[in-house]
Amino acid sequence: MPDPAGLEVIAHELRERSADSIVDTLYYRDSATLIVNPDRVIEVLTWLREDPTQQYGFLSSLHGADYLPHTPRFGIHYELLNMERVERIRVKAMIEDPGYPALPETDSCVELFATADFQEREAYDMFGVRFRGHPDLRRILMPEDYEGFPQRRDFPMGGEPVLFTHNEYTMPRWYE
Amino acid sequence: MEIRREKVQGAVSGPGQPSSAEELRIRQLRARDLLRGELEGVDLEQYAGERVLTTTLDRALDWARSNALWPATFGLACCAIEMMATPTARYDIARFGAEVFRASPRQADMLILSGRVSIKMAPVLRRIYDQMLEPKWVIAMGACASSAGVFNNYALVAGADKFLPVDVHVPGCPPRPEALMHGILKLQRKIQGRPDLGWRKRYGAEGTEEWPNPRAPHDPEHEPEVPIETSILP
Repeated sequence: MPDPAGLEVIAHELRERSADSIVDTLYYRDSATLIVNPDRVIEVLTWLREDPTQQYGFLSSLHGADYLPHTPRFGIHYELLNMERVERIRVKAMIEDPGYPALPETDSCVELFATADFQEREAYDMFGVRFRGHPDLRRILMPEDYEGFPQRRDFPMGGEPVLFTHNEYTMPRWYE
Repeated sequence: MEIRREKVQGAVSGPGQPSSAEELRIRQLRARDLLRGELEGVDLEQYAGERVLTTTLDRALDWARSNALWPATFGLACCAIEMMATPTARYDIARFGAEVFRASPRQADMLILSGRVSIKMAPVLRRIYDQMLEPKWVIAMGACASSAGVFNNYALVAGADKFLPVDVHVPGCPPRPEALMHGILKLQRKIQGRPDLGWRKRYGAEGTEEWPNPRAPHDPEHEPEVPIETSILP
């Protein structure tokens, strides 16, 4: 795990390569996060993977998140792991929402990490983020003809209303 | 022969356990006479009245079916662990004749929906159900199969009876093996209570067969009247 100073060194190196690549850094509860420009995310991941001083060779997780009241709305998190030093670093790309039915887009990292194939499909399935350059971007968990993206925060809960004592008055004559 | 017959009529008190060794011997002799065809008239009537149980073929068939349910091996979620425990030695569902879990729906006549049913799994379950031979029955085991339970969200079908005719709902999360066995006993009573009805008839779904059934009566004038015996329904 890079310490706060180590994280700043990484951010500095990346800014030297392209000035607009790093938006911000965050060090919180012993985990280091690089918040990157979504246009530069492949560049950053490639450098973290290939540079002899970094060698984060393993993408342990790729997942989406929806920060609805905030803009940019969607986050794609890449959790990288260096298995020799057992160090982890998180790369976070924040993507603007173009508004439904248009879908937010970012670059796919399947060429870099083969494991990202299914994980990007899951992020597309649940949050509707399109990954440019993905070889086979289909839904992975929900049925193919499913409408909408169920993990978005503005997606309705679904299911059927359940009667509790606190909402009994909202379902009058429920027993009929 | 005559002496023995008098002795027999005097000594035999009725069915049940013989009261003495002598009576047992008399019964054995009468059984031998019956097998040889030597019992006649009143003796034959009495013998038959004591020992023969008459019923209809349908009732006998339903009794046999209810005591030989073959479930399909199909686990959906955590309820399946409890379902797997029921045929083990500790709970032993073989006592009720439902221990033969078949890996093929063609050989099964009971489907236990053991767990949550997702939207993607529902067509699979429906196909398995359609492949089972009639008569067939469905048990919805646990809260999820009956109503989506705690997973009342975008991914699940809230209630398996939206796509399958469910015969018995077993509550619980998950139900213990005893609860599942109770549901199977209820299903047995249901099978015995409604003779010769397939699920299509019980649920008014005649005419939904995927292929024409030559035995299905299409002429309403020749529709057999089936008595519904509500007294022994659970």
